[in-house]
Amino acid sequence: MKKFTTLSGPAAPLPMINVDTDQIIPKQYLSAITRAGLGKGLFHDFRYDMEDKEKPDFVLNREPYRNAKILIAGDNFACGSSREHAPWSLDDFGIRCVIAPGFADIFFNNCTKNGLLLIVLEEAKVNELMALADNPQACEMAVDLEAQTITLADGATVTFEIEASRKHRLLNGLDDIEITLQKGAEIGAFEAKQKAALPWLYR
Amino acid sequence: MSTRKTLFDKIWESHVVAENDDGTSLLYIDMHLTHEVTSWPGFESMRNNDRPVRRPDAVLAVPDHVIPTTNRGERIEDDQARVQFETLVKNCADFNVPLIPLMDERQGIVHIIGPEQGATQPGITLVCGDSHTATHGAFGCLAFGIGSSEVEHVLSTQTLVQKRPKNMRVSVDGDLPLGVTGKDMILAIIGAIGTAGGTGHVIEYVGSAIRALSMEGRMTVCNMTIEGGARAGLIAADETTFAYVKGRPMAPKDGDWDAALDYWRSLPSDPGAAYDKEVSLDAEAIAPQVTWGTSPEDVAPIDGRVPDPAAAADDKQKNAIQQALDYMDLKANQPIADIKIDRAFIGSCTNGRIEDMRAAAEVAKGRTLAAGVSAMVVPGSGLVKAQAEAEGLDKILVAAGFEWRDPGCSMCIAMNGDMLQPGERCASTSNRNFRGRQGRDGRTHLVSPAMAVAAAIEGHFVDVRELAS
Ligand code: SF4
Repeated sequence: MKKFTTLSGPAAPLPMINVDTDQIIPKQYLSAITRAGLGKGLFHDFRYDMEDKEKPDFVLNREPYRNAKILIAGDNFACGSSREHAPWSLDDFGIRCVIAPGFADIFFNNCTKNGLLLIVLEEAKVNELMALADNPQACEMAVDLEAQTITLADGATVTFEIEASRKHRLLNGLDDIEITLQKGAEIGAFEAKQKAALPWLYR
Repeated sequence: MSTRKTLFDKIWESHVVAENDDGTSLLYIDMHLTHEVTSWPGFESMRNNDRPVRRPDAVLAVPDHVIPTTNRGERIEDDQARVQFETLVKNCADFNVPLIPLMDERQGIVHIIGPEQGATQPGITLVCGDSHTATHGAFGCLAFGIGSSEVEHVLSTQTLVQKRPKNMRVSVDGDLPLGVTGKDMILAIIGAIGTAGGTGHVIEYVGSAIRALSMEGRMTVCNMTIEGGARAGLIAADETTFAYVKGRPMAPKDGDWDAALDYWRSLPSDPGAAYDKEVSLDAEAIAPQVTWGTSPEDVAPIDGRVPDPAAAADDKQKNAIQQALDYMDLKANQPIADIKIDRAFIGSCTNGRIEDMRAAAEVAKGRTLAAGVSAMVVPGSGLVKAQAEAEGLDKILVAAGFEWRDPGCSMCIAMNGDMLQPGERCASTSNRNFRGRQGRDGRTHLVSPAMAVAAAIEGHFVDVRELAS
């Protein structure tokens, strides 16, 4: 898994609540068996018109947000479908950090597994960052996971909270499966005990 | 600490393999359902890393999302869909994972076939790379949706690393009025708690109105739990549950059945167990529900009106309502019953079960679709389809002008070619009214099967209870 240490670049504002994963990456990108090129489909219906031409108004079609590295979003971001295509498409576009008042649970886990940092801040704080992001002259931000800070264009810093385990996994790019496979004996012992008690679960 | 435990506590605690230092738990997974859209990355990575599936006997795969609902048996025309479907078949063969083939009568939507096959049982942990895995909680098991990386984690280790969610209780007491269904109940619950109301929690549904629901109705309620932000919904198993499970192909048999019953009866929440959050609703006050916006929380009773953004509590809400009304092409304060529809879709893992087919046929009987409306019925599985045909429901629906299709996800997600055209408005029994969910610029109103059929017959939303006989 990719590590997350620091990230800096333009932050793009997306002032909508309840943006669902169908909006992040719609169904036509789900039937491929590859993750490549999903960045093109990120926020597809917001970004392109019916003829597949860019809509000039949408934030990611404007400078400097074409190179956005951070997204500032409304509450309950990425609710809905479990599609991991959502973090894959953000990552492929170049956005590896999303800041919002709240995220849906499945998306939250999916991001950690893909080295994306989600930052939860109070709504008032998110609104402040949203206003800065909205100004192309002030939208540069720098995230430092180790220090748990977001440095703004004027040099001010905002601190954020993160659970120690998620921080550790992200900083070190740890692969959960490798770690769990080392617990094979404990899993085996659990299975032996369960099989004795509930044998019908073993077919 | 209280020793009184909730149903969730009991299932969780009996599945912890190890507690990690960081507060997460390694949780054992008893049953893993899977389909073509979210499983390929896991299999691909396992092939690259030369890892086997730890317990193929605890996995069940079925193709459902991308497959056509007509001309079954012919080559799937869409190249990507065909390759994804064939990849699932090959992966299951290579890794020894049991698969229900496309042409098998048991094929259907993954959340319909799990219960049908008896793979879904009280007290177990069940996952699937699909958010509507919440459906299975209707059996009193802990069932939740996971992403593709987690699918691979379960295939490789039969476990997941999880942070323990909190307990939330939603009580619905009293009798649902005649003609009001589990679908209306869950839409009303989401309307009350909001789409983030259950985030970080597992919701246990309790109360006399929940107890009175059939297994089909309970599955509809648990299915849409994810639309309320909670990954899992739970309904304690009771005699209704046991009667449904008994005799299913994967259910415990003979002596095991009695042992299983004893175990299952020990699982319901202890009286007085504490919850972190509680909500209660009065069943008698629930009317048939219709969504008007682009989030499942945007819901109103059939005799209600589209909201007015000017009356919103704050700017954020005001903008959200205005954006939804623009997308849905509705006006503030418009009566719900004045909204005209072009299409109706009856199906999905929310409402594609036999009871739903019966409810649809009952309303359709002796009536015909309104001029200009087209409608399709897509049974949730081959077994549902066969049962409906044995009861003659297909004939009633076809006579009324409905299309009768082969099972699959179909227009719930519109990946298989069944989709709305831009601007079309649909009464749908599925679970998501997100923008573009049923086709780009399509407009979805979520309703119960009876309400969808009533709207298709009248050409606009109507209280099914007042449909002229
Ligand atoms: S019917 Fe719809 S919600 Fe259910 S599994 Fe299929 S696509 Fe998902």
